[in-house]
Amino acid sequence: MSNEKQVDPGRRGVLVATCATGGVIGLATAGALVSTFQPSEKAKAAGAPVEVDIDGMTPGEMRTVEWRGKPVWILKRSPDMVDSLKKTDADVADPKSERAPDALTPEYARNQYRSRKPEYLVAVGICSHLGCSPTSKFASGAQPNLPDDWKGGFLCPCHGSTFDLAGRVFKNKPAPDNLEVPPHMYLSDNRLIIGKDEKGEA
Amino acid sequence: MAAFKETKLPANAPIAEKGLAWVDDRFPLTKLWNDQWGKYYAPKNFNFWYIFGSLAMLILVLQIVTGIFLTMHYKPDANLAFGSVEYIMREVPWGWLVRYMHSTGASAFFIVIYLHMTRALLYGSYKKPRELLWLFGFAIFLCLMAEAFFGYLLPWGQMSYWGAQVIVNLFGAIPFIGPDLSLWIRGDYVVSDATLNRFFAFHVIAIPLVLLGLVAAHLIALHEVGSNNPDGIEIKENLGADGHPVDGIPSHPYYSVHDIFGVSVFLVIFSTVVFFAPEMGGYFLEYNNFIPADSLKTPAHIAPTWYFTPFYSVLRATTADFMYVLMGAIALYVVFIWLKSRLSFMVKSAIAVVALLAIIGMLPAVLDAKFWGVVLFGASVMIMAALPWLDHSPVKSIRYRPDWHTYVLWVFGFVFVTLGYLGTQLPTALFTLISQVCTLLYFSFFLLMPWWSAMGTFKPVPKRVTFHPH
Repeated sequence: MSNEKQVDPGRRGVLVATCATGGVIGLATAGALVSTFQPSEKAKAAGAPVEVDIDGMTPGEMRTVEWRGKPVWILKRSPDMVDSLKKTDADVADPKSERAPDALTPEYARNQYRSRKPEYLVAVGICSHLGCSPTSKFASGAQPNLPDDWKGGFLCPCHGSTFDLAGRVFKNKPAPDNLEVPPHMYLSDNRLIIGKDEKGEA
Repeated sequence: MAAFKETKLPANAPIAEKGLAWVDDRFPLTKLWNDQWGKYYAPKNFNFWYIFGSLAMLILVLQIVTGIFLTMHYKPDANLAFGSVEYIMREVPWGWLVRYMHSTGASAFFIVIYLHMTRALLYGSYKKPRELLWLFGFAIFLCLMAEAFFGYLLPWGQMSYWGAQVIVNLFGAIPFIGPDLSLWIRGDYVVSDATLNRFFAFHVIAIPLVLLGLVAAHLIALHEVGSNNPDGIEIKENLGADGHPVDGIPSHPYYSVHDIFGVSVFLVIFSTVVFFAPEMGGYFLEYNNFIPADSLKTPAHIAPTWYFTPFYSVLRATTADFMYVLMGAIALYVVFIWLKSRLSFMVKSAIAVVALLAIIGMLPAVLDAKFWGVVLFGASVMIMAALPWLDHSPVKSIRYRPDWHTYVLWVFGFVFVTLGYLGTQLPTALFTLISQVCTLLYFSFFLLMPWWSAMGTFKPVPKRVTFHPH
């Protein structure tokens, strides 16, 4: 460093301090702007549990209710449908719901049916791949875009992931995980609450 | 800096001349015009491929102007958005025309930009000294994709909604921070009013501002280094007595008239689409988007608009089985680099380490195929930015490269179009297989370019451009 330019250390110190303060204020302002992107209090408050009446559902019938803006399916499985889960056991990627169990499958649904009662499936109808809502393909047998030995389940129209009647994803599909089973419990035989279980609200 | 000096004109000089002199003394208006267009010497051998730059400029202006008028009637509110678009279509006088110009303009923009990029590929326009010009252009391409994506949510139709849902969820595939990142982008647990509002802000102000800045940078860089031409010769290396390139002609009036002719032809085609086929059989405006967004039901067949489908196919091609093919391909590529490249030992080792980490990451137990699908999707776009450094050909233009290079370009073009077509179709086993083959070919084109682009017998490049006076 040449000493030709006389630097006033006092002024240089003030200059550095001013730049540092300005930088901190700039970063804090940027932080505030970035934070505005988070869900608002209103959006957070909208996640209240939903009660569903399942009285009078016939086997093979599916109802869709909205919970936190997402579709939640309630499917009443017929005995044949329940039996099909034994056959798909070998073809699904995660038959025992062992992947990310805390996020996807509450403890009471970590079974072959992925449900509290074998005949009722309660699942969030959002594909674990990129968030499309799969369409129901309950009829078994060969159909377009489905394997010839199809036993009934769901097909995601976006990227072709398939799920069995317990929302378990088949092997080698774009979707990595089974469909999410939301926290839920039976208030009575015919009333179901979604978004809340014995442990409290989700 | 010289002192200020008022230009003295005779008292009887025309008022316009006096006015211009007054401005020029205070702002370099004439200088800007001459530097950027009036006395900008462009090669005299331009062919029709050189029309797409000015067409892109025209469409940019068209999109901004029609966009401003659409904003005056559109409502960025999840409850009102769909209705306000229908209102523009049915009740605003001539609103349908403004909207169809804007929606057709979006597709026209991508057609023109893809052709503009094809031109660069044919004549090596990205090669030294035009690397930065290419990068600015690439950044413009990224901005356009963002602009198109954000804009597509605004009509709040089924395709808008689920398209946004899929793309925002792409970020969810990033390990650890992904789900929170998607939540942050959406501002809600699903695509909702909050998402619509912020996408509107990005579409009408944030991205356009960046886009205009980049376009200015692209043009300044172009006029600094000078235009390439179909022969790939640097015309500035051969100056005439007047100090201008002997193979160059001033853009005005010579290319002004060419561009006006090109614009006329373009507007004939554009108007035909706007008036007779604004939906273009579901490619420019998808049929499902005429149904209001429903967060509980995905349409039976969703596909992005056509200009995204080549990259979207790459995303869909990445299945769990395909990961093993990718692992093999990466291993082979590293072996190839070790045997065939002249990179230093350090660089080769770094490449090997990165590749090894990628292969480990591709094991089913480590990271999902979903994550790698997103990585390949991003890479398929980003890899274009590397073209100036991947192309090792000693000549720029395809005219003086070995003939078989033309076939390589044709195969690449075919692969790109095939991926684009498959992206619009429902996935079947056969289509997935084809898209996987095409994905491998797509990446091979770029990643093997350092070798194939330097292979073969190159033809001698002439000293002067090929030009037949007419």
